[in-house]
Amino acid sequence: MKSKAWTEKFMQGVFFIAACASVLAVALICIFLFANGVPAMKEIGFVKFITGEMWKPNNKIFGILPMIVGSIYVTAGAILIGVPIGILTSVFMAMYCPKRIYKPLKAATELLAGIPSVVYGFFGLVVLVPAMRDFGKMLHNAFPALFPSGGNGNSMLTASVLLGMMILPTIIGTTEAAIRAVPTHYYEGSLALGATHERSIFRIVIPAAKSGVIAGIVLGIGRAIGETMAVIMVAGNQARMPVGILKGVRTLTANIVIEMGYATDLHREALIATGVVLFVFILIINFSVALLNRRSGRE
Amino acid sequence: MSNRNTLKQKMKNYLNHPGSLIMMLLVMFGAILTFLVLIFLIVYILVHGVPYLKPSLFSLHYTSENASLMPALINTVIMTGLSLLIAVPLGIFAAIFLVEYAKRGNKFMGVIRLTTETLSGIPSIVYGLFGMLFFVNTLGWGFSLLAGAFTLSIMILPLIMRQTEESLKSVPDSYREGSFGLGAGKLRTVFRIVLPSAVPGILAGVILAIGRIVGETAALMYTAGTVAKVPSSVMGSGRTLAVHMYNLASEGLYMDQAYATAVVLLVLVVGINTLSGVIAKRLTKA
Repeated sequence: MKSKAWTEKFMQGVFFIAACASVLAVALICIFLFANGVPAMKEIGFVKFITGEMWKPNNKIFGILPMIVGSIYVTAGAILIGVPIGILTSVFMAMYCPKRIYKPLKAATELLAGIPSVVYGFFGLVVLVPAMRDFGKMLHNAFPALFPSGGNGNSMLTASVLLGMMILPTIIGTTEAAIRAVPTHYYEGSLALGATHERSIFRIVIPAAKSGVIAGIVLGIGRAIGETMAVIMVAGNQARMPVGILKGVRTLTANIVIEMGYATDLHREALIATGVVLFVFILIINFSVALLNRRSGRE
Repeated sequence: MSNRNTLKQKMKNYLNHPGSLIMMLLVMFGAILTFLVLIFLIVYILVHGVPYLKPSLFSLHYTSENASLMPALINTVIMTGLSLLIAVPLGIFAAIFLVEYAKRGNKFMGVIRLTTETLSGIPSIVYGLFGMLFFVNTLGWGFSLLAGAFTLSIMILPLIMRQTEESLKSVPDSYREGSFGLGAGKLRTVFRIVLPSAVPGILAGVILAIGRIVGETAALMYTAGTVAKVPSSVMGSGRTLAVHMYNLASEGLYMDQAYATAVVLLVLVVGINTLSGVIAKRLTKA
Protein backbone atom coordinates (compact mmCIF):
# COMPACT_ATOMS: atom_id res chain seq x y z
CA MET A 1 0.00 0.00 0.00
CA LYS A 2 2.77 2.36 0.96
CA SER A 3 4.71 1.84 -2.29
CA LYS A 4 1.54 2.56 -4.26
CA ALA A 5 1.12 5.91 -2.58
CA TRP A 6 4.74 6.60 -3.37
CA THR A 7 4.23 5.83 -7.06
CA GLU A 8 1.22 8.12 -7.12
CA LYS A 9 3.26 10.96 -5.67
CA PHE A 10 6.20 10.23 -7.94
CA MET A 11 4.13 10.26 -11.11
CA GLN A 12 2.36 13.41 -10.05
CA GLY A 13 5.81 14.96 -9.78
CA VAL A 14 6.68 13.70 -13.27
CA PHE A 15 3.50 15.22 -14.71
CA PHE A 16 4.26 18.48 -12.95
CA ILE A 17 7.78 18.61 -14.34
CA ALA A 18 6.46 17.91 -17.86
CA ALA A 19 3.99 20.77 -17.42
CA CYS A 20 6.91 23.03 -16.52
CA ALA A 21 8.64 22.22 -19.83
CA SER A 22 6.83 24.94 -21.77
CA VAL A 23 7.64 27.52 -19.10
CA LEU A 24 11.27 26.42 -19.16
CA ALA A 25 11.35 26.58 -22.96
CA VAL A 26 10.02 30.13 -23.08
CA ALA A 27 12.45 31.18 -20.35
CA LEU A 28 15.41 29.62 -22.18
CA ILE A 29 14.41 31.18 -25.49
CA CYS A 30 14.16 34.62 -23.90
CA ILE A 31 17.42 34.26 -21.99
CA PHE A 32 19.47 32.99 -24.90
CA LEU A 33 18.12 35.43 -27.47
CA PHE A 34 18.49 38.46 -25.22
CA ALA A 35 21.86 37.42 -23.78
CA ASN A 36 23.28 37.02 -27.28
CA GLY A 37 21.52 39.91 -28.96
CA VAL A 38 21.50 42.72 -26.43
CA PRO A 39 25.31 43.10 -26.14
CA ALA A 40 25.50 43.67 -29.90
CA MET A 41 22.74 46.27 -29.69
CA LYS A 42 24.72 48.01 -26.95
CA GLU A 43 27.94 47.91 -28.93
CA ILE A 44 26.32 49.27 -32.08
CA GLY A 45 24.14 51.67 -30.11
CA PHE A 46 20.50 50.80 -29.63
CA VAL A 47 19.13 53.85 -31.45
CA LYS A 48 21.66 53.52 -34.24
CA PHE A 49 20.78 49.85 -34.64
CA ILE A 50 17.02 50.39 -34.79
CA THR A 51 16.96 53.63 -36.81
CA GLY A 52 20.07 53.20 -38.97
CA GLU A 53 19.20 53.20 -42.66
CA MET A 54 22.34 51.40 -43.75
CA TRP A 55 23.15 47.71 -43.42
CA LYS A 56 26.75 47.18 -44.51
CA PRO A 57 28.25 44.36 -42.47
CA ASN A 58 31.59 44.64 -44.30
CA ASN A 59 31.98 48.23 -43.14
CA LYS A 60 30.64 47.44 -39.69
CA ILE A 61 27.53 49.53 -40.29
CA PHE A 62 24.52 47.80 -38.81
CA GLY A 63 21.20 49.59 -39.15
CA ILE A 64 18.11 47.43 -39.46
CA LEU A 65 15.53 50.11 -40.24
CA PRO A 66 15.31 48.94 -43.88
CA MET A 67 14.42 45.45 -42.70
CA ILE A 68 11.95 46.69 -40.08
CA VAL A 69 10.22 48.85 -42.67
CA GLY A 70 10.42 46.01 -45.20
CA SER A 71 8.74 43.59 -42.79
CA ILE A 72 6.03 46.13 -41.98
CA TYR A 73 5.33 46.97 -45.64
CA VAL A 74 5.22 43.35 -46.75
CA THR A 75 2.97 42.43 -43.84
CA ALA A 76 0.67 45.38 -44.49
CA GLY A 77 0.42 44.31 -48.13
CA ALA A 78 -0.39 40.75 -47.09
CA ILE A 79 -3.12 42.02 -44.76
CA LEU A 80 -4.59 44.26 -47.49
CA ILE A 81 -4.81 41.27 -49.83
CA GLY A 82 -5.52 38.44 -47.43
CA VAL A 83 -8.01 39.97 -44.99
CA PRO A 84 -10.83 41.00 -47.38
CA ILE A 85 -10.65 37.74 -49.31
CA GLY A 86 -10.35 35.75 -46.10
CA ILE A 87 -13.35 37.43 -44.48
CA LEU A 88 -15.47 37.05 -47.62
CA THR A 89 -14.54 33.37 -47.81
CA SER A 90 -15.37 32.80 -44.15
CA VAL A 91 -18.75 34.52 -44.65
CA PHE A 92 -19.34 32.12 -47.50
CA MET A 93 -18.34 29.15 -45.36
CA ALA A 94 -20.52 30.17 -42.41
CA MET A 95 -23.58 31.69 -44.07
CA TYR A 96 -23.84 30.61 -47.72
CA CYS A 97 -22.16 27.27 -48.18
CA PRO A 98 -24.54 24.41 -49.08
CA LYS A 99 -24.13 21.58 -46.57
CA ARG A 100 -23.10 19.11 -49.24
CA ILE A 101 -19.94 20.94 -50.27
CA TYR A 102 -19.07 22.31 -46.83
CA LYS A 103 -16.91 19.41 -45.70
CA PRO A 104 -14.64 19.26 -48.75
CA LEU A 105 -14.24 23.05 -48.70
CA LYS A 106 -13.39 23.02 -45.00
CA ALA A 107 -10.82 20.32 -45.66
CA ALA A 108 -9.43 22.47 -48.46
CA THR A 109 -8.87 25.46 -46.18
CA GLU A 110 -7.15 23.18 -43.69
CA LEU A 111 -4.99 21.87 -46.50
CA LEU A 112 -4.09 25.46 -47.40
CA ALA A 113 -2.77 25.81 -43.84
CA GLY A 114 -0.83 22.57 -44.07
CA ILE A 115 1.15 23.30 -47.24
CA PRO A 116 4.79 23.92 -46.20
CA SER A 117 6.15 27.42 -46.65
CA VAL A 118 8.90 26.20 -49.00
CA VAL A 119 6.25 24.88 -51.35
CA TYR A 120 4.50 28.27 -51.24
CA GLY A 121 7.86 29.91 -51.83
CA PHE A 122 8.59 27.64 -54.77
CA PHE A 123 5.16 28.35 -56.24
CA GLY A 124 5.89 32.07 -55.82
CA LEU A 125 9.26 31.67 -57.49
CA VAL A 126 8.02 29.83 -60.57
CA VAL A 127 4.55 31.38 -60.98
CA LEU A 128 4.18 34.70 -59.19
CA VAL A 129 7.62 36.17 -59.94
CA PRO A 130 7.33 35.84 -63.75
CA ALA A 131 3.71 37.04 -63.59
CA MET A 132 4.74 40.08 -61.56
CA ARG A 133 7.56 40.80 -63.98
CA ASP A 134 5.00 41.06 -66.81
CA PHE A 135 2.60 43.01 -64.61
CA GLY A 136 5.42 45.42 -63.71
CA LYS A 137 6.29 45.88 -67.36
CA MET A 138 2.66 46.61 -68.10
CA LEU A 139 2.46 49.19 -65.31
CA HIS A 140 5.69 50.75 -66.49
CA ASN A 141 4.38 51.10 -70.03
CA ALA A 142 1.06 52.47 -68.87
CA PHE A 143 2.35 54.92 -66.24
CA PRO A 144 6.04 55.59 -66.94
CA ALA A 145 6.04 58.55 -64.54
CA LEU A 146 4.74 56.53 -61.60
CA PHE A 147 6.77 53.39 -62.27
CA PRO A 148 10.20 54.32 -63.65
CA SER A 149 10.97 50.62 -64.12
CA GLY A 150 8.97 47.43 -64.08
CA GLY A 151 11.34 45.56 -61.80
CA ASN A 152 12.37 41.95 -62.23
CA GLY A 153 9.42 40.37 -60.44
CA ASN A 154 11.18 39.83 -57.12
CA SER A 155 9.39 42.56 -55.27
CA MET A 156 7.47 43.78 -52.29
CA LEU A 157 4.22 43.25 -54.21
CA THR A 158 5.08 39.62 -55.01
CA ALA A 159 5.93 38.92 -51.38
CA SER A 160 2.70 40.58 -50.24
CA VAL A 161 0.57 38.54 -52.63
CA LEU A 162 2.24 35.30 -51.59
CA LEU A 163 1.92 36.11 -47.88
CA GLY A 164 -1.67 37.15 -48.45
CA MET A 165 -2.31 33.64 -49.78
CA MET A 166 -0.50 32.09 -46.85
CA ILE A 167 -2.47 33.91 -44.15
CA LEU A 168 -5.84 33.06 -45.74
CA PRO A 169 -6.39 29.88 -43.71
CA THR A 170 -5.61 31.69 -40.44
CA ILE A 171 -8.08 34.46 -41.23
CA ILE A 172 -10.75 32.09 -42.55
CA GLY A 173 -10.50 29.74 -39.56
CA THR A 174 -10.77 32.39 -36.84
CA THR A 175 -13.36 34.54 -38.64
CA GLU A 176 -15.60 31.57 -39.39
CA ALA A 177 -15.46 30.48 -35.75
CA ALA A 178 -16.24 34.03 -34.63
CA ILE A 179 -19.22 34.30 -37.00
CA ARG A 180 -20.58 30.96 -35.85
CA ALA A 181 -20.24 32.04 -32.21
CA VAL A 182 -22.72 34.89 -32.77
CA PRO A 183 -26.13 33.77 -31.44
CA THR A 184 -28.47 32.94 -34.33
CA HIS A 185 -31.26 35.09 -32.93
CA TYR A 186 -29.21 38.18 -33.84
CA TYR A 187 -29.40 37.09 -37.45
CA GLU A 188 -33.02 35.96 -37.22
CA GLY A 189 -34.06 39.16 -35.49
CA SER A 190 -32.52 41.19 -38.26
CA LEU A 191 -34.28 39.10 -40.90
CA ALA A 192 -37.57 39.52 -39.05
CA LEU A 193 -37.14 43.28 -39.20
CA GLY A 194 -37.03 42.99 -42.97
CA ALA A 195 -33.31 43.17 -43.60
CA THR A 196 -31.90 41.02 -46.39
CA HIS A 197 -29.57 38.07 -45.79
CA GLU A 198 -26.56 40.20 -46.77
CA ARG A 199 -27.57 43.21 -44.72
CA SER A 200 -28.08 40.99 -41.68
CA ILE A 201 -24.65 39.44 -42.12
CA PHE A 202 -22.66 42.58 -42.74
CA ARG A 203 -24.55 44.95 -40.44
CA ILE A 204 -25.44 42.64 -37.54
CA VAL A 205 -23.48 39.39 -37.46
CA ILE A 206 -20.02 40.66 -38.43
CA PRO A 207 -20.09 43.66 -36.06
CA ALA A 208 -21.09 41.23 -33.29
CA ALA A 209 -18.17 38.99 -34.21
CA LYS A 210 -15.78 41.93 -34.37
CA SER A 211 -13.32 41.02 -31.66
CA GLY A 212 -12.90 37.49 -32.98
CA VAL A 213 -12.34 38.82 -36.48
CA ILE A 214 -9.73 41.28 -35.22
CA ALA A 215 -7.99 38.52 -33.26
CA GLY A 216 -7.78 36.57 -36.51
CA ILE A 217 -6.27 39.54 -38.33
CA VAL A 218 -3.67 40.01 -35.60
CA LEU A 219 -2.82 36.29 -35.78
CA GLY A 220 -2.43 36.75 -39.53
CA ILE A 221 -0.06 39.66 -38.92
CA GLY A 222 1.98 37.40 -36.65
CA ARG A 223 2.18 34.71 -39.31
CA ALA A 224 3.10 37.16 -42.04
CA ILE A 225 5.80 38.95 -40.08
CA GLY A 226 7.38 35.67 -38.95
CA GLU A 227 7.31 33.95 -42.34
CA THR A 228 10.77 33.33 -43.65
CA MET A 229 11.42 30.88 -46.43
CA ALA A 230 8.57 31.85 -48.73
CA VAL A 231 9.51 35.53 -48.47
CA ILE A 232 13.18 34.93 -49.16
CA MET A 233 12.34 33.14 -52.38
CA VAL A 234 10.32 36.00 -53.89
CA ALA A 235 11.19 39.31 -52.22
CA GLY A 236 14.54 40.09 -53.84
CA ASN A 237 16.17 40.70 -50.45
CA GLN A 238 18.05 43.94 -51.18
CA ALA A 239 19.20 45.43 -47.86
CA ARG A 240 18.16 49.01 -48.54
CA MET A 241 15.23 51.21 -47.68
CA PRO A 242 12.19 50.09 -49.74
CA VAL A 243 11.88 52.19 -52.89
CA GLY A 244 8.63 51.02 -54.45
CA ILE A 245 6.17 48.18 -54.59
CA LEU A 246 7.76 46.75 -57.73
CA LYS A 247 11.24 46.75 -56.18
CA GLY A 248 12.86 44.22 -53.89
CA VAL A 249 12.79 44.41 -50.11
CA ARG A 250 14.41 42.46 -47.32
CA THR A 251 12.50 41.48 -44.21
CA LEU A 252 13.86 40.89 -40.70
CA THR A 253 13.45 37.14 -41.09
CA ALA A 254 15.22 37.09 -44.46
CA ASN A 255 18.11 39.10 -43.05
CA ILE A 256 18.78 36.40 -40.46
CA VAL A 257 18.62 33.39 -42.76
CA ILE A 258 20.56 34.89 -45.64
CA GLU A 259 23.58 36.09 -43.69
CA MET A 260 23.73 33.74 -40.72
CA GLY A 261 25.54 31.12 -42.76
CA TYR A 262 28.76 33.10 -43.06
CA ALA A 263 28.50 35.81 -40.39
CA THR A 264 31.10 36.06 -37.62
CA ASP A 265 31.69 38.20 -34.52
CA LEU A 266 29.72 41.43 -34.34
CA HIS A 267 27.95 40.72 -37.64
CA ARG A 268 26.64 37.45 -36.23
CA GLU A 269 25.56 39.10 -33.01
CA ALA A 270 23.83 41.84 -35.00
CA LEU A 271 21.85 39.12 -36.79
CA ILE A 272 20.84 37.60 -33.46
CA ALA A 273 19.86 41.11 -32.36
CA THR A 274 17.69 41.23 -35.51
CA GLY A 275 16.06 38.08 -34.19
CA VAL A 276 15.50 39.80 -30.85
CA VAL A 277 13.70 42.69 -32.55
CA LEU A 278 11.53 40.19 -34.45
CA PHE A 279 10.87 38.29 -31.22
CA VAL A 280 9.75 41.47 -29.45
CA PHE A 281 7.38 42.26 -32.35
CA ILE A 282 5.93 38.76 -32.04
CA LEU A 283 5.57 38.99 -28.27
CA ILE A 284 3.62 42.23 -28.65
CA ILE A 285 1.38 40.59 -31.27
CA ASN A 286 0.82 37.48 -29.12
CA PHE A 287 -0.03 39.64 -26.17
CA SER A 288 -2.63 41.56 -28.15
CA VAL A 289 -4.18 38.31 -29.38
CA ALA A 290 -4.44 37.04 -25.80
CA LEU A 291 -6.00 40.32 -24.76
CA LEU A 292 -8.51 40.27 -27.64
CA ASN A 293 -9.46 36.67 -26.93
CA ARG A 294 -10.01 37.46 -23.28
CA ARG A 295 -12.23 40.37 -24.25
CA SER A 296 -14.27 38.34 -26.73
CA GLY A 297 -14.56 35.59 -24.11
CA ARG A 298 -16.03 38.01 -21.62
CA GLU A 299 -18.65 39.45 -23.92
CA MET B 1 -32.36 29.68 -43.65
CA SER B 2 -33.98 31.32 -46.63
CA ASN B 3 -34.03 28.04 -48.51
CA ARG B 4 -37.79 28.06 -48.66
CA ASN B 5 -37.81 30.98 -51.04
CA THR B 6 -37.84 29.88 -54.60
CA LEU B 7 -35.08 30.93 -56.90
CA LYS B 8 -37.37 33.38 -58.61
CA GLN B 9 -38.25 35.11 -55.36
CA LYS B 10 -34.59 35.28 -54.48
CA MET B 11 -33.73 36.93 -57.79
CA LYS B 12 -36.51 39.42 -57.28
CA ASN B 13 -35.30 40.18 -53.78
CA TYR B 14 -31.79 40.81 -55.02
CA LEU B 15 -33.04 43.10 -57.77
CA ASN B 16 -34.89 45.14 -55.16
CA HIS B 17 -31.75 45.39 -53.03
CA PRO B 18 -28.78 46.07 -55.31
CA GLY B 19 -26.47 46.56 -52.30
CA SER B 20 -27.22 43.03 -51.14
CA LEU B 21 -26.66 41.72 -54.64
CA ILE B 22 -23.22 43.33 -54.76
CA MET B 23 -22.28 41.92 -51.34
CA MET B 24 -23.48 38.47 -52.36
CA LEU B 25 -21.41 38.61 -55.54
CA LEU B 26 -18.38 39.79 -53.55
CA VAL B 27 -18.73 36.88 -51.12
CA MET B 28 -18.97 34.43 -54.00
CA PHE B 29 -15.99 36.05 -55.69
CA GLY B 30 -13.89 35.84 -52.52
CA ALA B 31 -14.72 32.20 -51.91
CA ILE B 32 -14.14 31.19 -55.51
CA LEU B 33 -10.81 33.05 -55.56
CA THR B 34 -9.61 31.27 -52.41
CA PHE B 35 -10.42 27.81 -53.70
CA LEU B 36 -9.17 28.55 -57.22
CA VAL B 37 -5.82 29.63 -55.80
CA LEU B 38 -5.54 26.40 -53.84
CA ILE B 39 -6.53 24.25 -56.79
CA PHE B 40 -4.23 26.13 -59.14
CA LEU B 41 -1.27 25.76 -56.77
CA ILE B 42 -1.74 22.02 -56.37
CA VAL B 43 -2.50 21.31 -60.01
CA TYR B 44 0.40 23.48 -61.22
CA ILE B 45 2.92 21.69 -59.04
CA LEU B 46 1.55 18.25 -59.89
CA VAL B 47 1.49 18.91 -63.63
CA HIS B 48 5.03 20.26 -63.68
CA GLY B 49 6.48 17.88 -61.13
CA VAL B 50 5.08 14.44 -61.83
CA PRO B 51 6.90 14.00 -65.19
CA TYR B 52 10.23 14.44 -63.36
CA LEU B 53 9.56 11.76 -60.76
CA LYS B 54 12.29 9.45 -62.07
CA PRO B 55 13.86 6.47 -60.33
CA SER B 56 17.20 8.31 -60.15
CA LEU B 57 15.52 10.83 -57.88
CA PHE B 58 15.05 8.07 -55.34
CA SER B 59 18.53 6.56 -55.45
CA LEU B 60 20.14 6.05 -52.07
CA HIS B 61 22.97 8.51 -52.53
CA TYR B 62 22.88 12.15 -53.44
CA THR B 63 25.20 13.15 -56.24
CA SER B 64 25.42 16.39 -58.18
CA GLU B 65 23.96 14.50 -61.14
CA ASN B 66 20.80 12.96 -59.72
CA ALA B 67 20.00 15.45 -56.89
CA SER B 68 18.35 12.49 -55.18
CA LEU B 69 15.80 13.24 -52.51
CA MET B 70 16.11 9.84 -50.82
CA PRO B 71 18.70 10.85 -48.16
CA ALA B 72 16.60 13.89 -47.31
CA LEU B 73 13.49 11.71 -47.07
CA ILE B 74 15.27 9.30 -44.71
CA ASN B 75 16.49 12.25 -42.63
CA THR B 76 12.94 13.56 -42.47
CA VAL B 77 11.73 10.22 -41.10
CA ILE B 78 14.52 10.15 -38.49
CA MET B 79 13.88 13.78 -37.57
CA THR B 80 10.15 13.14 -37.19
CA GLY B 81 10.76 10.08 -35.03
CA LEU B 82 13.23 11.85 -32.74
CA SER B 83 11.10 14.97 -32.33
CA LEU B 84 8.00 12.93 -31.52
CA LEU B 85 9.98 10.78 -29.07
CA ILE B 86 10.79 13.95 -27.12
CA ALA B 87 7.65 16.01 -27.54
CA VAL B 88 4.84 13.43 -27.35
CA PRO B 89 5.50 12.06 -23.81
CA LEU B 90 6.27 15.56 -22.57
CA GLY B 91 3.17 17.04 -24.13
CA ILE B 92 0.86 14.24 -22.96
CA PHE B 93 2.21 14.31 -19.39
CA ALA B 94 1.90 18.08 -19.26
CA ALA B 95 -1.70 17.88 -20.46
CA ILE B 96 -2.45 15.16 -17.90
CA PHE B 97 -1.16 17.46 -15.20
CA LEU B 98 -3.24 20.38 -16.46
CA VAL B 99 -6.49 18.41 -16.81
CA GLU B 100 -6.33 15.72 -14.13
CA TYR B 101 -4.17 17.09 -11.34
CA ALA B 102 -4.03 20.88 -11.28
CA LYS B 103 -6.72 22.61 -9.28
CA ARG B 104 -8.99 24.91 -11.21
CA GLY B 105 -8.02 28.57 -11.02
CA ASN B 106 -4.47 27.71 -10.01
CA LYS B 107 -2.13 30.65 -10.75
CA PHE B 108 0.51 28.32 -12.12
CA MET B 109 -1.98 27.06 -14.70
CA GLY B 110 -2.29 30.59 -16.03
CA VAL B 111 1.48 30.79 -16.42
CA ILE B 112 1.60 27.50 -18.31
CA ARG B 113 -1.27 28.56 -20.54
CA LEU B 114 0.43 31.87 -21.30
CA THR B 115 3.74 30.20 -22.14
CA THR B 116 2.17 27.58 -24.42
CA GLU B 117 0.28 30.34 -26.23
CA THR B 118 3.54 32.24 -26.58
CA LEU B 119 5.31 29.16 -27.91
CA SER B 120 2.66 28.52 -30.53
CA GLY B 121 3.02 32.09 -31.82
CA ILE B 122 6.81 32.14 -32.14
CA PRO B 123 7.92 31.98 -35.79
CA SER B 124 10.11 29.09 -36.82
CA ILE B 125 13.13 31.27 -37.58
CA VAL B 126 13.24 32.35 -33.92
CA TYR B 127 13.18 28.67 -32.92
CA GLY B 128 16.01 28.15 -35.37
CA LEU B 129 18.05 30.95 -33.81
CA PHE B 130 17.42 29.62 -30.32
CA GLY B 131 18.29 26.07 -31.35
CA MET B 132 21.51 27.31 -32.88
CA LEU B 133 22.47 29.29 -29.77
CA PHE B 134 21.45 26.67 -27.22
CA PHE B 135 21.72 23.15 -28.65
CA VAL B 136 24.33 23.73 -31.34
CA ASN B 137 26.66 26.15 -29.56
CA THR B 138 26.09 26.13 -25.81
CA LEU B 139 25.56 22.39 -25.48
CA GLY B 140 28.17 21.83 -28.17
CA TRP B 141 26.17 19.38 -30.28
CA GLY B 142 27.14 21.08 -33.53
CA PHE B 143 24.84 20.97 -36.56
CA SER B 144 23.12 17.66 -35.91
CA LEU B 145 19.85 15.81 -36.31
CA LEU B 146 19.59 15.76 -32.51
CA ALA B 147 19.83 19.56 -32.23
CA GLY B 148 17.22 19.87 -34.97
CA ALA B 149 14.92 17.36 -33.28
CA PHE B 150 15.11 19.12 -29.92
CA THR B 151 14.36 22.46 -31.59
CA LEU B 152 11.37 21.00 -33.42
CA SER B 153 10.10 19.23 -30.32
CA ILE B 154 9.80 22.59 -28.53
CA MET B 155 8.01 23.91 -31.58
CA ILE B 156 5.38 21.14 -31.66
CA LEU B 157 5.00 20.88 -27.87
CA PRO B 158 2.13 23.42 -27.62
CA LEU B 159 0.27 21.67 -30.46
CA ILE B 160 0.43 18.27 -28.76
CA MET B 161 -0.38 19.74 -25.34
CA ARG B 162 -3.47 21.53 -26.61
CA GLN B 163 -4.80 18.54 -28.58
CA THR B 164 -4.26 16.19 -25.64
CA GLU B 165 -5.89 18.64 -23.24
CA GLU B 166 -8.94 18.92 -25.47
CA SER B 167 -9.36 15.18 -25.80
CA LEU B 168 -8.76 14.54 -22.08
CA LYS B 169 -11.40 17.12 -21.26
CA SER B 170 -13.88 15.42 -23.59
CA VAL B 171 -13.64 12.16 -21.60
CA PRO B 172 -16.82 12.13 -19.45
CA ASP B 173 -16.30 12.45 -15.70
CA SER B 174 -18.48 9.37 -15.17
CA TYR B 175 -15.57 7.25 -16.52
CA ARG B 176 -13.29 8.62 -13.81
CA GLU B 177 -15.90 8.25 -11.10
CA GLY B 178 -16.63 4.69 -12.18
CA SER B 179 -12.96 3.83 -12.01
CA PHE B 180 -12.56 5.43 -8.58
CA GLY B 181 -15.69 3.65 -7.43
CA LEU B 182 -14.17 0.31 -8.38
CA GLY B 183 -11.23 1.14 -6.14
CA ALA B 184 -8.64 2.21 -8.70
CA GLY B 185 -6.15 4.91 -7.73
CA LYS B 186 -5.73 8.17 -9.58
CA LEU B 187 -2.74 7.00 -11.60
CA ARG B 188 -4.46 3.76 -12.64
CA THR B 189 -7.55 5.74 -13.62
CA VAL B 190 -5.50 8.11 -15.76
CA PHE B 191 -3.51 5.44 -17.58
CA ARG B 192 -6.13 2.69 -17.85
CA ILE B 193 -9.35 4.62 -18.30
CA VAL B 194 -8.90 8.25 -19.31
CA LEU B 195 -5.89 8.07 -21.60
CA PRO B 196 -7.15 5.15 -23.76
CA SER B 197 -10.44 6.94 -24.39
CA ALA B 198 -8.52 10.03 -25.45
CA VAL B 199 -6.20 8.25 -27.90
CA PRO B 200 -7.90 9.25 -31.20
CA GLY B 201 -7.75 12.95 -30.33
CA ILE B 202 -4.13 12.71 -29.25
CA LEU B 203 -3.28 10.79 -32.41
CA ALA B 204 -4.89 13.47 -34.59
CA GLY B 205 -2.69 16.05 -32.82
CA VAL B 206 0.44 13.96 -33.27
CA ILE B 207 -0.24 13.59 -36.97
CA LEU B 208 -0.74 17.35 -37.32
CA ALA B 209 2.62 17.76 -35.57
CA ILE B 210 4.20 15.38 -38.10
CA GLY B 211 2.86 17.62 -40.84
CA ARG B 212 4.57 20.62 -39.28
CA ILE B 213 7.87 18.75 -38.88
CA VAL B 214 7.84 17.57 -42.49
CA GLY B 215 7.21 21.08 -43.78
CA GLU B 216 9.66 22.89 -41.52
CA THR B 217 12.67 24.67 -43.00
CA ALA B 218 13.70 27.82 -41.17
CA ALA B 219 14.08 26.14 -37.79
CA LEU B 220 16.34 23.46 -39.24
CA MET B 221 18.79 25.30 -41.49
CA TYR B 222 21.01 26.37 -38.61
CA THR B 223 20.34 23.49 -36.25
CA ALA B 224 20.38 20.32 -38.34
CA GLY B 225 22.35 21.86 -41.17
CA THR B 226 22.14 21.24 -44.88
CA VAL B 227 24.36 18.23 -45.63
CA ALA B 228 22.75 16.19 -48.39
CA LYS B 229 23.29 12.72 -47.01
CA VAL B 230 22.14 10.49 -44.19
CA PRO B 231 24.52 11.00 -41.24
CA SER B 232 26.05 7.99 -39.51
CA SER B 233 24.59 9.01 -36.16
CA VAL B 234 22.09 11.47 -34.74
CA MET B 235 25.03 13.75 -33.91
CA GLY B 236 25.68 14.24 -37.62
CA SER B 237 24.25 16.95 -39.82
CA GLY B 238 21.62 16.19 -42.44
CA ARG B 239 18.94 18.06 -44.36
CA THR B 240 15.29 17.14 -44.30
CA LEU B 241 13.10 17.12 -47.39
CA ALA B 242 11.86 20.69 -46.94
CA VAL B 243 15.40 22.04 -46.51
CA HIS B 244 16.48 19.97 -49.52
CA MET B 245 13.64 21.52 -51.50
CA TYR B 246 14.72 25.04 -50.48
CA ASN B 247 18.31 24.39 -51.49
CA LEU B 248 17.33 22.97 -54.88
CA ALA B 249 15.04 25.92 -55.61
CA SER B 250 17.44 28.62 -54.43
CA GLU B 251 20.47 27.15 -56.20
CA GLY B 252 18.42 27.16 -59.37
CA LEU B 253 20.49 24.36 -60.94
CA TYR B 254 18.00 21.54 -60.44
CA MET B 255 14.64 23.08 -61.21
CA ASP B 256 13.22 19.83 -62.62
CA GLN B 257 14.15 17.95 -59.48
CA ALA B 258 12.81 20.84 -57.39
CA TYR B 259 9.40 20.42 -59.06
CA ALA B 260 9.47 16.70 -58.38
CA THR B 261 10.53 17.26 -54.76
CA ALA B 262 7.68 19.72 -54.35
CA VAL B 263 5.30 17.00 -55.53
CA VAL B 264 6.65 14.55 -52.96
CA LEU B 265 6.41 17.15 -50.17
CA LEU B 266 2.90 18.13 -51.20
CA VAL B 267 1.70 14.53 -51.40
CA LEU B 268 3.22 13.77 -47.99
CA VAL B 269 1.61 16.77 -46.33
CA VAL B 270 -1.78 16.23 -47.99
CA GLY B 271 -1.68 12.58 -46.98
CA ILE B 272 -0.76 13.43 -43.40
CA ASN B 273 -3.52 16.05 -43.14
CA THR B 274 -6.13 13.69 -44.56
CA LEU B 275 -5.09 10.97 -42.13
CA SER B 276 -5.43 13.38 -39.22
CA GLY B 277 -8.86 14.42 -40.46
CA VAL B 278 -10.02 10.80 -40.80
CA ILE B 279 -8.90 9.99 -37.26
CA ALA B 280 -10.52 13.12 -35.86
CA LYS B 281 -13.75 12.18 -37.65
CA ARG B 282 -13.70 8.71 -36.14
CA LEU B 283 -13.30 10.43 -32.78
CA THR B 284 -16.44 12.49 -33.20
CA LYS B 285 -18.39 9.41 -34.33
CA ALA B 286 -17.36 7.32 -31.33
